[in-house]
Amino acid sequence: MVEFQPQIVVFACNWCSYAGADLAGSSRMQYAPTTRVIRVMCSGRVTVGFILDTFRRGADGVLVTGCHPGDCHYISGNENAVVTVRKTVRLLQLLGLEVERLRLEWISAAEGARFARLMTEFTGQVRDLGPSLLGNGAEREA
Amino acid sequence: MIDTPRVGLFVCHCGSNIAGPVDVESVADYGLTLPGVVFVQRNLYSCSDAGLREIKEAIADQRLDRVVVAACTPRTHEPLFQDACREADLNPYLLEFVNIRDQCSWVHMREPEAATRKAQDLVRMGVAKARLLEPLEEQQVPVEPAALVIGGGMIGMTAALNLANRGFAVMLVEREAELGGMMLRLHTLYPTADDPRKVVQERIAEVQRHDGIEVCTSTVVSSVKGFVGNYEVTIEEMGPGQSNALETGDDSHPSVDAPTPRFATAGVIIVATGAQVLEPEGMYGYDGRRVITQLELEERLRTDQLDAGRVVMIQCVGARSAERPYCSRICCTTAIKNALEINDRCSGVEVYILYRDAETQGPRYEAIYGQAREAGVHFIRYDLGRPPEVTEERVLVYDEMLGATLSIPCDMVVLSTPLVAPSGARELAQMLKVPVDEYGFFLEAHVKLRPLDFATEGIYVAGTARWPSHLEETIVQAYGAAARASTILSKEHVTSSGIVARVNGHLCRGCGRCVEICEFGAPTLEEASSGMKGAHVNAVMCKGCGTCAAICPTGAMQACHFTDAQVAAMVRAALEPSVASLASGNPS
Repeated sequence: MVEFQPQIVVFACNWCSYAGADLAGSSRMQYAPTTRVIRVMCSGRVTVGFILDTFRRGADGVLVTGCHPGDCHYISGNENAVVTVRKTVRLLQLLGLEVERLRLEWISAAEGARFARLMTEFTGQVRDLGPSLLGNGAEREA
Repeated sequence: MIDTPRVGLFVCHCGSNIAGPVDVESVADYGLTLPGVVFVQRNLYSCSDAGLREIKEAIADQRLDRVVVAACTPRTHEPLFQDACREADLNPYLLEFVNIRDQCSWVHMREPEAATRKAQDLVRMGVAKARLLEPLEEQQVPVEPAALVIGGGMIGMTAALNLANRGFAVMLVEREAELGGMMLRLHTLYPTADDPRKVVQERIAEVQRHDGIEVCTSTVVSSVKGFVGNYEVTIEEMGPGQSNALETGDDSHPSVDAPTPRFATAGVIIVATGAQVLEPEGMYGYDGRRVITQLELEERLRTDQLDAGRVVMIQCVGARSAERPYCSRICCTTAIKNALEINDRCSGVEVYILYRDAETQGPRYEAIYGQAREAGVHFIRYDLGRPPEVTEERVLVYDEMLGATLSIPCDMVVLSTPLVAPSGARELAQMLKVPVDEYGFFLEAHVKLRPLDFATEGIYVAGTARWPSHLEETIVQAYGAAARASTILSKEHVTSSGIVARVNGHLCRGCGRCVEICEFGAPTLEEASSGMKGAHVNAVMCKGCGTCAAICPTGAMQACHFTDAQVAAMVRAALEPSVASLASGNPS
């Protein structure tokens, strides 16, 4: 049987996390090829709607990433991301989706290694959960 | 408004950087099957003159109205391709950049099939967004032709003088009571044996003589707002005795002389806050008397207080260890310089240098290493696993070459400790909204392509604030940062990004949540002629984070270039069945 390859969407802020992802690349750190990054200017741009839509379209996991507290390029956008993810977690519970499919992580521009580690670690976490209730994974697993 | 988008896709090989792991031909072929894509081209290097010319020609010949470049990272190369669009009369915001190198080929080097599939997915996502891109207008903002230089050491002063000599007003802020920084504490410079105090005093005099430089000592920067061309800075002069409280963050004893805030505007900011030497508390019996740091030795040499018959220097103290893995770069040369100085001045004094690797790169520095060997300085190599041991009267060290432990009687032990980020660096970084690395050193936008810039436009870095460096290197950086800064200051206007928030007046009901959440005062509520309140965005003040768009309950507020529809299109494209599984019927 082919191992289940989860589909994971990562929202990354332009200034910290996306830069961290680039640093993982220029340092040639290898990680799981299961993630697709969507760049936004700030993690504060991510809405409950974005995350729910991503699950509805079949993602097995969503990772929202931003600057560490205090480091936000826009001062407090990442605080809004905290509120957004908290709200969404409650909605996932109502939908019967495992809350472990959604994570919020802070990754600075200097943390290439952390970005790479989180991609692989989160992939493992979502793989252990199996395909999402709403996902395309059932066919992929067959 | 454009009806059916005509997307041109350009897939960069980046030599073999992308084309090695990723099958770029199949990415390009796949791209041509995507809706909206009318033209696909592969470039060996899209960013080369030839690559850019091909893109511009294709925009004209193929009547492209959207461009997707699948290459390295927008963080370094997007402006270049935006310029190419501009030159081909295409609005630069009709470009979408797809990262298939830093976030694909480089991180999946051993999985070529998965890397190719991911590159195809990323291209599909980019094209999906590109089809919905809209032309955006940029704003012209006047530039304040003045610079703020933070740090009044050799580097800050050099950058300040350089800018002032170009005719720009400079405010030079130093938190200590006098200019000069670390140089004031050194005894000699290598490789020239110049007197650092003389060198720095001359520079201080030049700075003080210059009409274009305002020197603010005992002063700290307490807040920074604004953007390139128009930074609004608050500085506070500290009363006597406040400097230390500020450094330790101890505000439990408020001084009688409350700081006097002052406001200034600056088009650019240069960070030259330097570094400090690690205090080796608790290491090798450090006591500041018999066991001292290399910097304390410099002070003793300067004041002629050297009373020792045998000196042992230990290198890499607190450096190149698990806790602090980096090499501080200056310590080997400094130790050798001081060993030679002791050798020259005090006949009969023996100097031992216990080292792990002698890092004296470059012909001039390697030469003084050779000189020290010839002069009879003893070099003994030790291993991190078996560090030397300092006792009351001697130093014990296991010599790797001899395979035996040596016992060296000595009167003085000198510890070479690394440069570390100065206190307050993280706070300053947060104020400026620029990053520091895990050790607290300021992190440039790109180590090779933009080594003196921050990702934030109009803020630059030079000197040991960035990384331990030799004086000659940091002086070069000071000139470099000043030159970079003058590319902004020499213009009358800068262009602010078109990526801002925009209100759809039909949907706005004037709740004002955008006004509450914005840190920059960009949205305001204004009354229309109908008497209804509605949000308006000042495009110059807006920084484009999109948080207001996230919080808007009606969807009236949109973040241009990252609209709800554009993000949704990317999400949809990301989760479509991938091409490989479609083509082969083989599940991934």
